[in-house]
Amino acid sequence: MTQSSQGSGGESLSTNENLDNTSADGVQGLVADWASDVEVFKDVPWGKAMMWIFLLSDTFIFTCFLTGYMTVRISTTVPWPIPSEVFALTIAGHHIPLVLIAIMTFILITSSGTMAMAVNFGYRKNRKVAAILMLVTALFGASFVGMQVFEWSKLIIDEGVRPWSNPMGAAQFGSTFFMVTGFHGLHVSIGVIYLSIVARKVWRGDYEHTNYEIIEIAGLYWHFVDLVWVFIFAFFYLW
Amino acid sequence: MEHAEGQQQHPVGLYFKVWILLFVLSTFSYLVDYLEFQGYLRWTLIIVFMLLKAGFIVAIFMHMVWERMALVCAILLPPLALGVLISLMAIEGDTTFLIRSIVFGQEQQQSQCLEQSQECEHSEG
Repeated sequence: MTQSSQGSGGESLSTNENLDNTSADGVQGLVADWASDVEVFKDVPWGKAMMWIFLLSDTFIFTCFLTGYMTVRISTTVPWPIPSEVFALTIAGHHIPLVLIAIMTFILITSSGTMAMAVNFGYRKNRKVAAILMLVTALFGASFVGMQVFEWSKLIIDEGVRPWSNPMGAAQFGSTFFMVTGFHGLHVSIGVIYLSIVARKVWRGDYEHTNYEIIEIAGLYWHFVDLVWVFIFAFFYLW
Repeated sequence: MEHAEGQQQHPVGLYFKVWILLFVLSTFSYLVDYLEFQGYLRWTLIIVFMLLKAGFIVAIFMHMVWERMALVCAILLPPLALGVLISLMAIEGDTTFLIRSIVFGQEQQQSQCLEQSQECEHSEG
């Protein structure tokens, strides 16, 4: 950036001129300066590194939500609704606690397994099987969101839970529940769309010239969604 | 195990084993609730099963054990800072709870006094 005529100090200017990529000025110089870095993540496709960095930022967002939930749950003087009872369902005359949430957990883990298989078949250049496995993963994801819609509507319509109040106890229960599970559900929904798009392109053979690392990158996102659910399940539903 | 640049090709059997393991661990964490464990036993079991599940997902499904140290450190070290946030907010939450207990307790006492409409001054002292 000190390459222009009014550059600071003769000495530093002369050392800069010895480097190859400082010769360009203006926008070209800007690009050259930013691109002159050495590669940090060796043997890692750039898309994968970027996905990991995005997931890192997402980790901070979800932790902020869960920390906020922790803070309001610690600080309220009103008893917290018991999740085990709030999310219980009566199926065929049996009152089973948390049953829907358990099914949702198993569905998400199953989808993570099919996603791992899709990555495996992708690297084996078996693109048709990989695409089908990705679509299966997306379908599991869609059924997860469907169950969440059922859960939300049951809570809103039958139980009368609102973000500002609920009949069971502390008002913060509703706000944190809708915030945390809503944001996770949004991630699942976006994942379903993302996987469907990539699966279609894989099926068409758009990535035949690559190593199919694109499936691993999409898989990273999907496994992360499963990972977040592990924490939500532990801290919100079981605690 | 790696074949080409940046490629993560691992035996299918390993994925299946981890997959089954995640199912078992999820069943265990559900049983914690179903069998109605309470107190420190419940919280310890929840945390243990949660960390095991998260660890296997990140290590095997997300291929973290096969990545180079540069990437592993770049992704797994920054979240440690979140521990500071969590501990600070836990302390903050406890303080808020304490203050609320005192203030709300007093308010309750005062409203009870107003209902009885006498002897308030004495009970305050």
